[in-house]
Amino acid sequence: MTFFFYLFAGLATGGAIGVVLAKNPVGSLLFMVTTLAAMAGTFVLLEAHFLAAIQIIVYAGAIMVLFLFVIMLLNLGHEYKADLKGGAFSVLSFGLIGGIAGLVAPEISSADVAPGPGAVAIDAAIAEHGAVGAIAEPLYTTYVVPFEITGILLLVAIVGAIVLAKREV
Amino acid sequence: MVTEALVLSAILFVIGTFGVLIRRNAIIMFLCIELQLNAVNLSFVAFSRMFGIEGQLFVFFVMTVAAAEAAVGLAIIISIFRHYETVNVDSFNLLKW
Repeated sequence: MTFFFYLFAGLATGGAIGVVLAKNPVGSLLFMVTTLAAMAGTFVLLEAHFLAAIQIIVYAGAIMVLFLFVIMLLNLGHEYKADLKGGAFSVLSFGLIGGIAGLVAPEISSADVAPGPGAVAIDAAIAEHGAVGAIAEPLYTTYVVPFEITGILLLVAIVGAIVLAKREV
Repeated sequence: MVTEALVLSAILFVIGTFGVLIRRNAIIMFLCIELQLNAVNLSFVAFSRMFGIEGQLFVFFVMTVAAAEAAVGLAIIISIFRHYETVNVDSFNLLKW
């Protein structure tokens, strides 16, 4: 269990570094798919089986293919020259990132993060309703209004994407 | 397991932030924003082990918003590319002073 977690964690971190450093956008995208697949593995280890499946199908499948379509459409796959921002900006970024990491690290190490009542409740819900039903039951009862608003958001996004990408408005 | 997942989430978020700051290619910057969203998703899943199923529901909503964001953002990148013939963000300086 722990071995697999560290395997997935290493894959995800390596893939993320690849996303940032790869010069070819297509290579960057393939590293991103590696990261997403490894994160789906960690979701399984955290007992979120439905989200792991959605992660692979929607994220690695649909969204990344959308990115790939755009890269192919704009013919950017052959752009090998480095586009990293240099000099003072990199130093500034490092400082900012170091600041964020320095703020977050003590919070994580001092927090009481043992699996609590949530783990028990989720395991009971999965045993009763199955992996999909455990999410679907609260989604269609307590959280049905946010769910419907999400539908409106997707409709607006579809209309917006078509209007923006159309050649002549 | 929860602590390790939170640490991994923080590492991925920081790498994503770094990518947004140092890359000039708009698509790669966008990809790094997706990486940040995913890092937060991992935090939500880890916290759902402590506080209940709501964390996983939130991940569901975040993924929907990310899909909508990807569709609209890539449409914007396409229309910018039509205008400037590049996706290098340093070229988009019309509103810069």
